[in-house]
Amino acid sequence: MAGRASAPAAKGFTLPQVPKILVYIVGFIPAVWLFYAGVMDQLGADPMRYLEQALGLWALRFLIATLAITPLRQLFSINLLRYRRAIGLLAFYYAALHLITYLVLDQGLDIAAIVADIVKRPYITIGMATFVILVPLAVTSNNAAIRRMGGQAWAKLHKLVYVAAVGAVLHYILVVKSWPTEPLVYAAIVAMLLGYRLVRSLVKKPSPRRRPA
Amino acid sequence: MLIRRPSDILPSEITPREVYLNRRQWMTGAAGLAFAASLPGGLAAAPLSAAKSPFSTDEKLTSREDVTSYNNFYEFGTGKDDPAAKAKSLKTSPWTVKVDGMVGKPAEFAIEDLIKASALEERIYRMRCVEGWSMVIPWVGFPLADLIKRVEPLGSAKYVAFETAYRPEEMPGMDSVFPVLEWPYVEGLRLDEAMNPLTIMAVGLYGETLPNQNGAPIRLVVPWKYGFKGIKSITRISFVEKQPATSWNKQAPSEYGFYANVNPGVDHPRWSQATERRIGEGGLFVKRRPTLMFNGYAEQVASLYTGMDLRKLY
Repeated sequence: MAGRASAPAAKGFTLPQVPKILVYIVGFIPAVWLFYAGVMDQLGADPMRYLEQALGLWALRFLIATLAITPLRQLFSINLLRYRRAIGLLAFYYAALHLITYLVLDQGLDIAAIVADIVKRPYITIGMATFVILVPLAVTSNNAAIRRMGGQAWAKLHKLVYVAAVGAVLHYILVVKSWPTEPLVYAAIVAMLLGYRLVRSLVKKPSPRRRPA
Repeated sequence: MLIRRPSDILPSEITPREVYLNRRQWMTGAAGLAFAASLPGGLAAAPLSAAKSPFSTDEKLTSREDVTSYNNFYEFGTGKDDPAAKAKSLKTSPWTVKVDGMVGKPAEFAIEDLIKASALEERIYRMRCVEGWSMVIPWVGFPLADLIKRVEPLGSAKYVAFETAYRPEEMPGMDSVFPVLEWPYVEGLRLDEAMNPLTIMAVGLYGETLPNQNGAPIRLVVPWKYGFKGIKSITRISFVEKQPATSWNKQAPSEYGFYANVNPGVDHPRWSQATERRIGEGGLFVKRRPTLMFNGYAEQVASLYTGMDLRKLY
């Protein structure tokens, strides 16, 4: 989502292009499977919790995939830029399904309990904030929005995806007991993807001019 | 995508409730126990005969499938399906339980002797996990008080400390990159809590010996406390003067106290404890039910805590 809105896909490795709709179709397979398995009672002893967690995890995975696109292009000349919008929107859709599952299936739309959760539970507060951040990014993920906002302003807004990625892994770490490996692995991946950008921006900055002694 | 690991128990191996209830009537205790004792560890469950108990709830049982495939036993991994998938490697025979500390008669019991010497009862208890889900489980076991009386604690003994087997080579969850808990798993009770008639040492569930994933061959069940107090696969019970360390309390003292009594009024710092989801009830559309004080056992145990600030001593 962040970065230049459109870049020439000229140099490097050319991948066979597939229609973007295919990204959406493949991307929604886990959701369709999860809902189907849930209705068929194939999600184990605690199906609601399984569905809720799996949808959240897929949102995080797609978020990570959107963040991986720039490093893949810069480091390995693999250009997947034309699919980034679809992947980013998939992250948003999964986050929305995750949220709806929490609101409707987990909390049964008990508004008082939900509000108490948002106010009192840091992991819910962070999760909610992360979703709120994703909303303007999803709403502006179209060519009309880029034209209206101008490329620079659009790119600046979409840097919020970095905040969302940090929020998503924090949300994950805070919901588990102790320090199991899996959320830490996701946190490490996000840290690498964001760290890469930080290092690159520092390296690319012109070094301060030396004063003569 | 792998949604669910196949169960280790073939459907054909699951004994229908009517069959084992029936079988229990003619299986004499002695015969059943001799059979159980002759089985090497990690093998199929053996039937246990057990008397009914007035402490049992008449709520709908959580299915055997759910009880034995969805639980926490971090020695085998942090996933809820890890214990069922990986606990086969635990060798539960031979097995001894060492009872030591401030007792008149310290002893090392072979598990089969311990079972043989006890009058087994079926105790159908609610089980409330600190994570916010619950089950109704038909345990088979004996009151911990029976064992305590046998070893004659000294007047100085104020607490009972428990320890799980420490066997990294048989427990694949113990060598994770970041240890989730300090091993071995340890738990503890105040002596009066341990003596309460609700507190049992469970050696079976659903009329048969405990499956490994549920803490074979012997585990603690304290139904008014969060599930993590129910230490599994116990090898040592010590009578001590000072409040013993407990695993989750060591891991996160602000989140898990020594007492860990089920209390809807005292939230976990990160989530509410006011409600719970009963496993097997409603599937995807499970409705939360209110969590009861002391998990519904207030009548039997509330007096243990009179005058205590349960917000501080959670």
